[in-house]
Parts: sequence; C-alpha cells; structure tokens
Amino acid sequence: MAEYIEFDKDHHAHHHKETFITKYIFSQDHKMIAKQYLFTGVFFMGIIGILMSALMRMQIAWPEEPNIFFDFLLGKWAPEGVMDADIYLALVTMHGTIMVFFVLTAGLSGTFSNLLIPLQLGARDMASGFLNMVAFWLFFVSTVLMVASIFVEAGPAAAGWTIYPPLSALEMAQPGSGLGMTLWLVSMAFFIASSLLGSLNYIVTVLNLRTKGMSLTRMPLTIWAFFVTAIIGTISFPVLLSAALLLIMDRSFGTSFFLSDIFIQGEVLHYQGGSPVLFEHLFWFLGHPEVYIVLLPALGIASEVIATHARKPIFGYKAMIISILAIAFLSTIVWGHHMFVTGMNPFLGSVFTFTTLLIAIPSAVKAFNYITTLWKGNIQFNTPMLFAIGFVSTFITGGLTGIILGDSALDINVHDTYFVVAHFHLVMGISALYGMLAGIYHWYPILFGKMMNKNLGYIHFWVTAISAYGVFFPMHFIGMAGLPRRYYTNSNFPLFDDLADTNQIITMFALMGAAVQLVFLYNFIYNIFYGKKAPQNPWKSTTLEWTASQKHIHGNWQGKIPEVHRWPYDYSKPGYKEDFVPQHIPLKKGEEEY
Amino acid sequence: MTTLFIVLILTFITIAIWQMIKIFDLSKAISGVKVDDSQIANDKDNTTQAKLMLGFLAFIYAITIFSLVKYGKFPLISNAASEHGAQIDTLMIWTMVLIFIVQTITQFLLYFFAYKYKGSKKSKALFYTDNHKLELMWTVIPAIVLTGFITYGLLTWSDVMNMQKNDDPMVIELYAQQFNWKARYAGNDNVLGKSNVRLIDIDRANILGVDENDPNGQDDVITTELHLPVNRPILFVMRSQDVIHSAYMPHFRAQMNCVPGMVTKFTFTPTVTTEEMRQNPSMIDKVININNIREEKSEELALKGEEPLDPYEFDYLLLCNKICGKSHYNMQMKIIVETQEEFDNWYNQQTVFKNSLIAQN
Repeated sequence: MAEYIEFDKDHHAHHHKETFITKYIFSQDHKMIAKQYLFTGVFFMGIIGILMSALMRMQIAWPEEPNIFFDFLLGKWAPEGVMDADIYLALVTMHGTIMVFFVLTAGLSGTFSNLLIPLQLGARDMASGFLNMVAFWLFFVSTVLMVASIFVEAGPAAAGWTIYPPLSALEMAQPGSGLGMTLWLVSMAFFIASSLLGSLNYIVTVLNLRTKGMSLTRMPLTIWAFFVTAIIGTISFPVLLSAALLLIMDRSFGTSFFLSDIFIQGEVLHYQGGSPVLFEHLFWFLGHPEVYIVLLPALGIASEVIATHARKPIFGYKAMIISILAIAFLSTIVWGHHMFVTGMNPFLGSVFTFTTLLIAIPSAVKAFNYITTLWKGNIQFNTPMLFAIGFVSTFITGGLTGIILGDSALDINVHDTYFVVAHFHLVMGISALYGMLAGIYHWYPILFGKMMNKNLGYIHFWVTAISAYGVFFPMHFIGMAGLPRRYYTNSNFPLFDDLADTNQIITMFALMGAAVQLVFLYNFIYNIFYGKKAPQNPWKSTTLEWTASQKHIHGNWQGKIPEVHRWPYDYSKPGYKEDFVPQHIPLKKGEEEY
Repeated sequence: MTTLFIVLILTFITIAIWQMIKIFDLSKAISGVKVDDSQIANDKDNTTQAKLMLGFLAFIYAITIFSLVKYGKFPLISNAASEHGAQIDTLMIWTMVLIFIVQTITQFLLYFFAYKYKGSKKSKALFYTDNHKLELMWTVIPAIVLTGFITYGLLTWSDVMNMQKNDDPMVIELYAQQFNWKARYAGNDNVLGKSNVRLIDIDRANILGVDENDPNGQDDVITTELHLPVNRPILFVMRSQDVIHSAYMPHFRAQMNCVPGMVTKFTFTPTVTTEEMRQNPSMIDKVININNIREEKSEELALKGEEPLDPYEFDYLLLCNKICGKSHYNMQMKIIVETQEEFDNWYNQQTVFKNSLIAQN
C-alpha cells in the first residue's frame, strides 16, 4: 500500500522532446525552476551573505586590526588589511539585503513553492509555466545587478538594508549612495516584479489546479503557508516598488518626496516639503510583512516535517491554518513598531503596540501545537526533523523577545541596539534558515532522487545549533547594555569595553557556524552525483509528491494524476498496519476522515 | 592571523570527523557486519539523537545561567538616571520574568518530549489530532496575560511620551549633523529662536541656521557638551541638518530620531547627577572592571610601541543610534548632570548667540 503506485506506465502524454536550453536554462518546468532558485538564491547568494557576516564579525571582534581575510577579500577597501569604515556599512547593508530578499524570500519561497505546490496538490505544473520562467529570469537579472553593485568603484549601497533617505538619496552623505544605490534600487525593482509574477502564479495554481478531492482543508500545511505567503507578497511588495520609484525620482529627477531642508557639505539643497518618515512608512509596510514572507514558508515546512518524522498527525490542523491566517492578517497592520522613536505620533505608537503584541497569540498556538505533536510521537531523528525541532526552539526564543521590542515603552531603550539584532536573527533569520535546511534535507530525494548522508547531517545540525545560540543568546545582553548596532568599532566608547570579550566569543561561534556550512555544502553537492539512490518514499510520507515519478518528467505523474481521499496527516492511524496512509488511499467503509 | 588559524583548525576538525565516520563505516563493512546505509535514521540513531536533544536543553539552560550571571551585574535594567526610567525598568523586569518563565517551560517541553518519545521500530505514535479544550487554553491564557502586559505597556508609554504642560520644562535643542552633536539652550526666555538650515551662514558662524532677527534667538546658547540641571524636566527639541540620526541616551532610557525637515521631541527629568552615578556601587565595579581591561590593553599597546589608553571615568553619553554614514560609530556627546548651582555657573560662562556671530562688512 505504501509503495509507489504504478499509474499506467506507458502513458507519456506530457512528455515532449527538449533541448538543453529549454530543459536547463529557459525551463518552464516547475521542478527545474525550483532547482534554479535553489542554486541562485540559496547557494550562490547564501554563500556571499555568510561570507559578509563572517567579515563583519571579525571586524567587530578585532576592530581596526589587520586581517588576512580583509586583505584578501576586500582589496582596496581594506588598506593594509584594515577594514574601511564605509565598507563595514556596505557589508551590513548587503548582508541584510541578500539574506532577507535573495536567500530567505526568493531562495526559500522560490525553491519550495515551485517544487511543492504542483507536486503536493497533484498538478502537472504551475498554472503558467511561462510566467514562472519569466519570474525566475527576472530574479536572475536582479541577482546579477545586486552582485554587480558590490564591484562598483565607490562601493555598494551602504545605508542599511532599510535604505532610509536622505542617507540613501544623497551621494554627498555616503559614497555608497551613488551608483551602488542606483543598482540596488533597479535590482529591487526587478526583484519585486519577479516576486509578484511568482506569487500570482502560486495563488492561481493553489486555487485552480488542485487534484480531484484536494479540498482547501485537505491541503498540506506547507501549501497553506506558501499560499498565504504569496498573498501577503502581492499585497505588500508593490508598496516597496512605489517607495523605490519615488526614491529614484528624488535621487535622479530632483523631486522632494522624502527630502526636505537639507544642508550638507557646505551647501543647502533645493529639496523642500518631503518627509523621510513617509519613506519609513512605505518601506515598513512591506518590511514587516516581509518578515512573515520569510517565516511562514519555514513554519509550513516545519509542520510537514514534524508530522512526518514524529509519525503523528500535526496537532490542531485547523488551528494551524487559522493561526497562519491570523499571523498574515496581523502582519500587515503592525509595521509601525519599527518606528516608535521616529517622531511618529505617540498615539499611533500605542495602536501599533497593541496590534504587535496580538501576534503573540497565534504564535503561541503554533508553538504549543508543535510541542503537542511531539508528545507521544514515535520520533524518527532524521536530519530534517532535527532542523524542524531546532526551528521550534529558535522560534520560541526569538519570538519571546518580541514582547519587549513590540512594547513601545521598552523599545525606547533597546531600539537599534544589538538586542534587535539578536531578536530578529533568531526569530526570522535562524528560524527561516532551519526551515529551509529542514526542507532541503527532507525533499532532497524529490529534488535529486538521492539521499543525503545522515551522519554529516547530524554534524551539520548540532554544530549549527550550538553556534546559533552561542552567537545570538549573549547578543541580547550586550544590546541591553546599550550597544548600538551598525557601529564599525566600539573602541571610541570605553563604556562598552567590558563587552569586547563577549563580542569575541560571539565571533568564534559565528565562524564555527559559518565553517560547518561547508559540511552541508559538501554533503549536498557530493550526493547529487555519488549519493545513494533514494527509495520512492524514504520518509514514509502521506503527501502526493512521493507518489510522483522519481525521474523528473514534465507533467510529474506518468499517466493519471492521483485522486485525494483524505487529509495529509494520517500517521499512525488506528486500523492500519502501516503507520501512514497516503492521501490517495480511499477511506475504508465507515472510516472517519479525522 | 588568529582568525585564519581558527578557521583552519575548524575545517580540519570537520574533515577529521568525516574521515573517522568513513573509516568507521568501512571497518564495519570489512568485518562483515551488515552496514545500514539507507541514510534513514534507525533505532540507534534515534537513541543517540534523543540524548543529544536532552544535552542541548542543558546547553540552552547553561548559556542562560551563564549570561544572567555574567551580564546581570551590568547596570542595564536598573539604575535609570531619569524619572520615567524607573517605570520603564520595572516594566522591563516584569516582561523579562514572563519571558524567562515561558522560555524555560516551553524549551523543556520541546526537548524533553523529543527525548522521551524517540522512535523505535516497535512503537507506534498516538493518533491524536485535536483537543479543543487544550487549544482554547493556550489561546486564552496568552491572550489574558498579554492584555495585562499591553495595558501596562501602554500606560507606561503614555506617561513617558505625554508632555505635561504645567511641568514648565527647560527647552533644549539637540542638533545633529554628520558626525557630531550640538545643543542649543533657549536662554532666559526659555524660547528657542526660529531656525532653518537655509539660514546657515558659516562665514558668520551661524552654524545651526538660527534666525538672526528673531528676538527669541538672541539669548540662545550653543554648546558641544550637554549640561543638565538635576530634577528639572527637560524638553528636547530635535533637528538634523543632513540625514536621519537618533539621539540615544541609554542611561536616561531616552531615544528619539532626529529627522531632517521636521522637529521631533522627547521629555525627561534627570534624577541622578553624574557625580552621584559615579559613586553608585555597581557603577564603581563596572568602572574598575573596564579600567582593568584597558590596562591590559595598554600593556599590549606598549609592547607594540603605541600610546597607552586613558583611564576611563564614567560619564553619561548621547550616542547616535541611526546609521548615518562613515563615522556613525563615533558620533557622541558628553552629558553632564549637575546641581542647579553648578549648572548656572557653567551656563553663565557660555556665549549667547548674538555675541557668537562674527561681524561682517
């Protein structure tokens, strides 16, 4: 029963001849596009992002000391191996941009939404394969532009990933705000176009291409998460596009949307009547939902992985869906909590405090439901499961400090300190990363038809987990000691001298965490070629992707598409010999669905 | 160089572990033991990983206790130097207590369940899909607790942000520019002269763009150090001339952005003079500790033939806390809180605006 269902093997309805270019480059097949996102978004950009954070951490731990890596990697920006202050800010900016947008938005959603939406819903492909291809190539252009911006004469954008004007608007304020910022903005315009096309495609596919029997309440939680993520993306990304366009106009055509009354380098500029706070509102109107665009897919993946490897239905399926929807709704009305101290009306601050702290409720529901899913499970500690448990752990640790930051009165003193850095890295950075890694380990057999080495996976997880807590746990405390973020060095403040040793410890953990990713990289690449061939359904999972043809064919299933008769979490259901019942197995007579 | 060695060592350790696993597998294969190379966790893996889960729980607790012991003695959520600061600190402590309780319990449940319900070939999980009572419980309880915290937080926030008109605050302008701070006192009339960056006249030393014809501005005083009389409410009026900066005064639990083109405000009442704060026992400890660190560093510097570091003496600081360009990391101003008498002495030595202008023909 559990094995691969041979639907009519000779039927090759959707298989047509493909050239190298249509198969590997301008592919319209969702599985190939998922891999393209994986390699461009996650691996290529991920490596750049991690390297940047390693450079920053070394600078913070051993400030203004010559460093062989700086000499080697930064060249003229590190004269005699000492990092330049401008390039430190550029690293901060590019690390943030690359990680948030390229790795955790496009990389995460692009890979898993593309791979899983058709496969788990029982669809031959996305609603529009062509649009999907265009979305990827727009993303690729955006990647090329963003990477190119690192190499321009005056350096890349350096105004922080939030690019608040006037710093980002005026070349006199900072060299990175010249060509580097122009490329950043153009790259983001392409990125947003890509993201919108991708999201629309996901939404349409989920609404229209579900196989027979796949009602909305029989969809795996992964699909629910991707679906809602796509909706938030379509609502909020256009606002960033408008902000970026207005900023481009301020920069290049002399308009004054965000600028007013500026005296810089001995001259008064002509700008009048604009407001940087307006930009902050527009930016965070995307910026906060963006956090959930990053987090929700990871939540979805964790739900799926935890249920599968605990051999137990996800606890409170409907509550999980409702909490995803609640989080998504709330995420669009809390952006002001990034702006408590911008001079925004204090009453508005109260409203945003209220809505922000409400998010803790659906989040608590999710955390407790995960924990209850583990209770009385039969937990199989495969690598994806480790990362999924790690995800729940960092989601809780990171999420709890949100109660401090979301509280306007408390935010006054920890705003823009390392406390914030610790909070968001744990709750969205590390959590989303864990979700993504869980996903890669879990669906690697689908992606490449091979198994990853489990022992290397274990090493990868435990070293990463220790590093993540080692880096971000102490960081909360140096933030509470008042250390501002984005400082090139703290040596001008003797007040913070007693934090220097902590910063060195943090850097050690960070370098350890970065280094162990090489193990993952090796495990990933080696096994594509030399890995053990994966069985059809190695994790004994119930969802449809494990019934699809293992050899990647256009159309996913040879012959007919499977029909769905039950919800996706029939693990260890009484009355069955096996501890899982796939979705396409009809209900027995008198059997209740759940 | 140290970093290079660390990275190299880590890489070698990783390679070594990998090789050991390989040798281990090979030796098993040679000795004829059937090797499970399915790459799917078996009961043995489950047992090992389950123990590691418990170990990791211990690690999280250990790092929590270590952090509390090591950093708990920093004067951070205590010793506020302003009137409202104490209120914020109390709220902070209650929130921290909540966070630590929830964190300790949930992490325990998570890792303990992971340990306890480790899988085996023989056992089967419980088919348990829903329990509305439980779910209602962990929706309603957080909702109630949060209602309490939201109310408490909002009350504190409105106390901090709502300026009382009858407090008769002393008005001081904080003026930010890349990369330094200026303070402008309103003078005897306690009204600041009108200002705009378009009025800046460097040749006349009118660096803040104060309207030279405004009678209210004539007695304004511009300084590079911020002196505050203790126990007097201060209304800070903030401006920036170029990019966004943020006036961060952590000891007073005060922060507000300075935004070009607009005026932002923050009010607080300093309650502890610089001298008193220096005598605070925990501050004395902190300063001794910092000076020990600096002495060690100075010895290192001396070996390299560089100048030693100055000993540290505590002072309140105003820091820039919004990324503002190259020297963001060094944009600071000293704050001195003193008695009214000391303040008056200092203030009377300053030059008023109309006298600070350079005459031009």
